This record gives sequence, C-alpha cells and structure tokens, in this order.
Amino acid sequence: MSTLVLLTLTGLGVAALYLLVASGLSLVFGLADVLNFAHGLFLGVGAYATWWAADNLPGAGSDGFGFVVAVAFGVLAGTLVAVLVELVLIRPLYSRTIEQVLVTVGLSLAGVALLQATWGADARPFPRPSWTREVTGVLGANVPNAGLLLIVAAAVVLGGLLAFLHWTRYGLVIRAGVENREMVTALGIDVRKAFTLVFAIGGAAAALAGALGGVYFGTVSPGQGGSLLIFAFIVVVIGGMGSVVGSAYAAVAVGLLQQFVNYYGTSGLGDICVVGLLAVVLLLRPQGLAGKVATA
Amino acid sequence: MTNSVVEAPPAQVPDELTPGRSRWHGLRPFLPLVALVVAAIVPYSTVNLPGFFEGPLNSPGTLQLLAICLVFGGLAAGYDLLFGRTGMLSFGHALYFAAGVYGTDVLVTRAGLPLWQAALLAVTGGTILAALLGAVALRTVGIAFAMVTLAFAQVGAIVVARDFKLGSGEGLTGGEEGLPLDVSGLPAALVGVTNTVNLYWLALAYLTLVVFVVHRVSGSPTGRVLAGLRDDERRIGVLGLDPYRFKLVAFTLAGGLATAGGVVYCLIVGGASPHVTSSELTLSLLVMVVLGGPGTRWGPVLGGILYMYLDHRLTAFGSSDAVENLPAFLSHPLSQPLFVLGTVFILAVYFFPGGLTSLKSRLTPLLTALRRR
Amino acid sequence: MSVEPVLTVEDLSVRIAGLHILQGVSFTVAPTGVTVLLGRNGVGKTTTLRAIVGLTPRSGDVRGTIRMGVQSLLARPTHRLVRGGLGYVPEDRCVFAGLTVAENLRLAERRGSTPAYDKVFALFPELDRRGRQRAGSLSGGQQQMLAIGRVLLNDNRLLLVDEPTKGLAPKVVTEVAEVLERVAESVPVLLVEQNLAVVRRLAKDAVVLSAGKVAWTGNAQELLLETALTKSLLGVGSGEVHA
Repeated sequence: MSTLVLLTLTGLGVAALYLLVASGLSLVFGLADVLNFAHGLFLGVGAYATWWAADNLPGAGSDGFGFVVAVAFGVLAGTLVAVLVELVLIRPLYSRTIEQVLVTVGLSLAGVALLQATWGADARPFPRPSWTREVTGVLGANVPNAGLLLIVAAAVVLGGLLAFLHWTRYGLVIRAGVENREMVTALGIDVRKAFTLVFAIGGAAAALAGALGGVYFGTVSPGQGGSLLIFAFIVVVIGGMGSVVGSAYAAVAVGLLQQFVNYYGTSGLGDICVVGLLAVVLLLRPQGLAGKVATA
Repeated sequence: MTNSVVEAPPAQVPDELTPGRSRWHGLRPFLPLVALVVAAIVPYSTVNLPGFFEGPLNSPGTLQLLAICLVFGGLAAGYDLLFGRTGMLSFGHALYFAAGVYGTDVLVTRAGLPLWQAALLAVTGGTILAALLGAVALRTVGIAFAMVTLAFAQVGAIVVARDFKLGSGEGLTGGEEGLPLDVSGLPAALVGVTNTVNLYWLALAYLTLVVFVVHRVSGSPTGRVLAGLRDDERRIGVLGLDPYRFKLVAFTLAGGLATAGGVVYCLIVGGASPHVTSSELTLSLLVMVVLGGPGTRWGPVLGGILYMYLDHRLTAFGSSDAVENLPAFLSHPLSQPLFVLGTVFILAVYFFPGGLTSLKSRLTPLLTALRRR
Repeated sequence: MSVEPVLTVEDLSVRIAGLHILQGVSFTVAPTGVTVLLGRNGVGKTTTLRAIVGLTPRSGDVRGTIRMGVQSLLARPTHRLVRGGLGYVPEDRCVFAGLTVAENLRLAERRGSTPAYDKVFALFPELDRRGRQRAGSLSGGQQQMLAIGRVLLNDNRLLLVDEPTKGLAPKVVTEVAEVLERVAESVPVLLVEQNLAVVRRLAKDAVVLSAGKVAWTGNAQELLLETALTKSLLGVGSGEVHA
C-alpha cells in the first residue's frame, strides 16, 4: 500500500513538472503554430536565475521568504527571456512556421551553450530550503516534500491558467485563436499581442518548472531542460495541442505510467511505454485527447 | 493534368539552367568529378595549412577529421531527401544513424560477427526499422510528425543509455561510457592509425554513394512526386497518387542511408558513444541542411562538411590565445562551438533563407555592380 | 455611376502557390444595397473577398488596387481593416465551436465603442436565448446567424458575406435572405452567393467572374432575365432556380 501511495505521489510530482513545461508549449503551439524548441531554454534560465539569485540577490536566499524571492526572480527572468524571444526572433517570421521552428532550434542550441559557457557543463548543487529535503508521511508512505511542492505548485498554476483563460478578455482571445487564428483577426483583434502573452505565460511556467525542478533534483545543469522538453512534447501531443486541460490529463497519465513501469518493470521501460502510449494515441486519435487536430 | 506535377520544383531549376557568364561554364558539369578526384588524392598531400588543420593534410588526425566531415556531408544530403526535397520535418533521424553505429559496434564487439556481416545486418535492420517506424509516424503530418519521430528517436536514446543486459553481466551498449569497437576481428586495412587513410576513402565513397542516390531519386518520377508533395500535398492526392506511400519510400531510403553512414562513422571513430542517439544530432543535421541550402544538390553536403569542421575546429579556436585574451563575456561563449553555430544558424534563417548555395546568386549582382565601377 | 462607390477594386491579381487565381479583376461596389459576386465554383470569388480583407495566405502574391473611398486597403493587416469598418462573414461560418454563443459575440466587442447587442438580438432573438450554449452545438442556420450577428455588433462601412446559404435547409435559406435584406438597408453588402433565388431577392448589382477575370458587370435583375447568359457564365439557367 505504502509503495502504491509513494509511486502515485512521485508520479504526480513528475507529472507536475511535465505539466508546467507542457502547458506553455501547448498554448504557444495551439495559438501561434510554433513548435518551441527553445522552451527548454526558458526552463534553464529560470533554474539558473533562481540559483544565482539565492546567493547574490539582496533579500533572496535559499530558505524561507528569501527562497520565494529567489524563485520569483527566476520566474521573472524566464518570462523576460520568453517575451524577448517572441518579440525579437519569432514575431518577424509571423506565420512562417518552419522558419520559426528553425529559429527556436538554433536558439535552443545556442542558448544551452551560452548557459554552459557561463556556468560550466557540470551540475551545480541547487539552493533549497531544508524542509524540501525532508519527507512527509502520507498514508504510511514517506513522500519527499519537494515532490509535494511540485504538485501544489502545478495545481495552483493550472487553476490560475484556467481561470485566466475562461474569465478574462485575453483568455477568450487565446481560446478563440487556438481554434481559428485567422477568424480572430477577422473580428478586428490583433492576435499577435496574444502571441507575446502566451510566450510570457509559457516562459513563466517553464521557469517555475526550472526552479522547482532544481529543488526536486537537487542540482541544476545546462542540459536539464532538453531532456524534460522531449517528455513535455509527448504530453502536449497526447493531450492535444492547444488544450491546457488535455495537457494536464496527459501529464498525469505519462507521469504515473513512467513511475509505475519503471518500478515494477526494469528501469527505462517506463520511458519506452510512454512513447508507446504516444504511438497508440496518435493512431487512434490523431488530434490527441482534446484540442484541435494535430496536423497543423 | 499529370504535367503539372512532373514539372521540376521551380526553386532548383534556375541555378543549373541559367547560362553562367564565366568562361568556366563549359567545365561546370565536370566540377563534381574534379572535386571527387581532388578529395581522393588529398591523403597524398603533405601540405600544411596552419590555422585550418593541426597537422599536414595526410596526418591521421586531419584525415580523421576530414572523414568525419565527409560522413556528415553524406548524412546531411540523406536528411535533405526528407526535409529539403519532400518537405518532411523529421526530428528522429539520429535514430537510424545510431542504429548503424551501435548495430555495427554491438554485432562486432558483443556478438563477434565479421565486419561485413555486421555491417550488412545493421544496414538491413536500420532500413527495416525506418520502414516500420515511418509507417506509424507518417500517419501524422507536419509538426505532429516532427514530434512523433522525435519521440521514437528518444526511445533509441533511452535504450542505449539504460545499457540493457543480455544474460551475462555485461551491458549491450555500454551506457553512458559508450562501447569501444573491438578491432581484433576487423580487416587489417581498417585498423590502426596508419590506415586512417583507408577510412577516409571509405567516408568519401559513402558521401559519393549518398549524393549519387539522392541525385538519381530526385531526378526520377518518384522524386518529382516528392517535390510535388513538398509544394502542395493535396495536389498529389488529387492526382490519385498516394502521398503516404511516396513519403514512406523517401523515409525508408533516408533511414537506410543514415544507417550506412552510421556503419562508416563507427569505423572512423572506433566505437559508439551515446551522443549519436541524441536529438541534438538530428537538430544539427537540420542546421547543416538549412545552412547549406535545402533541396539543392550540393548545399546539404557543403553544410554538413562545414558544420562538422567548425564544430571540431571552433573548440580549438575557442581555446586559442586570440579568444582567451578577450573579455570573459566574449571569450566564454565563443569557446562554445554550439553557441557560435546556433547563432550563425539563426542569422542564416533570417538573412540567407536559401543557405550557402544562394549566396552565389545573391553576391553576383553585387560583384557585377562593383566591377562596373 | 454617379454616386461614389464604397469599394473600388482595380486590376486585382492574386497568385497562390504558383497558381494565377485572379488575373486583373476590376469592379466597384455601390454605397447602398447588395452587390453580388457570381461565378462557377473555383473562379476566385472567395479569393477576391479574402484579398479585400487581407487574408491571402503568405505564399500568395496580391497586386492591383483595392480602395475603400480614397483609402487603400492593400498591405494593411486584417484586424486594422476590420476595425476600419470592413465586416467579414467567411465561408463555412467559422464560428468558434468550443466557445459559447455569448463568448463568440463578446469576442467581437471593441474598446471605445458600445456593442449593438439590442440590434443583433432584435434580428436574432435565438442568439440571446442560447447565450450559454456552445457554438459548435448550434445548427448550421444558427451558426450562420451567429457569424452575421457578431459582425453586426460594430458599425460597418461595408460587409463582405461569403456564401451564407451554403448547406442550409430551404426554410433557413429564406430566413438568412430576410436578415440580409434588412441588414442591407443600412450598410452596403458584397455578397458571394450561388443560390440564384437569393440573388434575385437581394441583389441590385452583379459582378460575374469567370476563370479569374470579370466576365460581366451590371444590373443583377437584368442578368437573371438573360437565360443564355446565366447558363454560359454560371452553368445554370435562371429557370432552374431552386428554393
């Protein structure tokens, strides 16, 4: 029983990490048709900015309120980079999808190399509050607090994002744009403003994933974003591109499947099962669990 | 109606058909042959090109670097069969290359097969793998196809990294350490530093093969259908041709060529390391093709050669005195080849959408304008 | 024509993916009533409307002049054109299926102007009643009403309406035609329509396209009387008018 609880909760912790990365990817793809390979960079920026802030930013630290400040700084940095990327690199290539993908590919290569050049290729120990290293007893299982923190954070972000999408004007524009971008402009709305907004949201969520992922893994390294990104892509495709709710379901399915199969089967088998799940979903429902047809 | 498809894609015609002004025009058809001959006799040259290479041209180190460049020239040309000529954005090409590298390595080192059997099995296996996975992945198109191929390739990376064990204690792939090639059973001509020249020629032969195959395919009726698919898939469907089949043929062929490249690469570097399975390898193939000029005969080849050359040489450049003396905020990024290449790539997407091969047509008006003065 | 046209199209050429779809199209739209754009399938009617509203795909190349009054419309982004008073009701309605009816309407609201909900709900009481229903679950006719309604929330100088009766039941076709008739009392309409009964009821002027060129312009009612002409240009005799 306690193993089941532990596996479920660690699975949900991983799912939370995927969801934080995937929600932004999904919105960016759904609205702007940009498959954003640079999304892992936003995550890396968030992680390194948090790491840097904990030691260097006045008021920030690795514990208590100081840590909150450090994470806020990391999220802010990730958001800023995302907005800059959209304004400077993506926007001039408006509706030239392949070129936009290519630019994000170049950016992911150059960006990770830049992180590596600045802070070295090796993993660095991540500053984290002492309570995140401890465990909490849940139904007889000792669950790492860092995982619980991720789950809570992802739930809050998911709730906030859905509220934003459903109850604000910009949320309405984004939901409509995911369905039919052209028609949104034909109603007199400058949809490109919404592009910048989804990049900012995605950048913020990814940066938060970077900071909390640092807490969860205990280290930060330049390549961290890249490996997470591939599973986040899988989550986005399974969930249906452009659908945040779909991404949430898919993240949970992928996270749990991975943990359980890796535990009961051999290590690594879970990751392979996830790709198998992707193949099955695509063959049965090419448009994913929800959202628009994934052929754009 | 069929005629509208059989038309060659407009993008690649002008360069070959417009009469050149230079007096070398008559020699143009023979230029590839000349380049091949020059490349073939390079190992006999003891010329030293300080700055470009560390030793004379025929030193083993230089020849190995050149051989790697040639293999990637071929890989990029094969990848262009998908991206530039058919319009398929695959993010999983590394898988088939890795199948060649690891297939050869595992069959020789772990199973003790002779090289020719291992190579044959690896290439056959890689081609079948491409056909099977292509059959699934091609049920999607566009960006979804890119993601599915990426995910399939990721399985390859996971399998290699997890180092699955077969019965006895030793892992199959060597995990993160990689798997050095057991050379004891290999033909003597391919082993040892002094025989690097043979590997160089092998790489050259591979590149020639790929260029030949891609050239033949793109000139054939199938190739014209592929070009039609790239421009407008619906038009091909309207003609009663099944886009799926043609794309699967291209995908399988490109996969097979990549596997063959993997075999050669495994021999050149003497083993396998997990980085050949990474998605970054596919991304760099994409960068090579776009830098060189997608859909052109020589663009991807040049892009591949240049990229690998820079990737290796920029590391040396980064640790040279000239860069070391720069302030840290400049010297650190410049010592990262991927930073330089990524940045160049982004600039190329913006300013040279046709890649290197378009440079000539862009520079010609400028040069003639300058000459007139 | 003595009155100044609301829209002038001169020598409009559109190429998309190598196909020369419009080859020098010129016509004007009168400042009142309905001008109908006719022609067989694939002659470029929708391409014309989309070129006017700036929705030609990126691979396309648009040349010529499109003016609303003295103002050139070419090379201006779609959302600016629409805010400048160009209402567009696309082919196949294109309502946002996942959004509710009320959300579809709210999307068309603009800062700085009061949305004319009373006018729209007077025309389409159904939309008021079904505010919380998902637009995707509406019938084809209701979706068409929604597509027209959301454009009418704002003041327009010209409406572009693309095949509003396509795929609708005869009774609904009549309803849509009635609505358009009332709308056209206050704002000029450029209408693409295949249903000649609707054309007969609404249209004042007609522009007939054939193979990317203007084949005929003039009074719509006169056109419909000439059976031979309608047969050669449209592929139907006016006697075969259905609905």
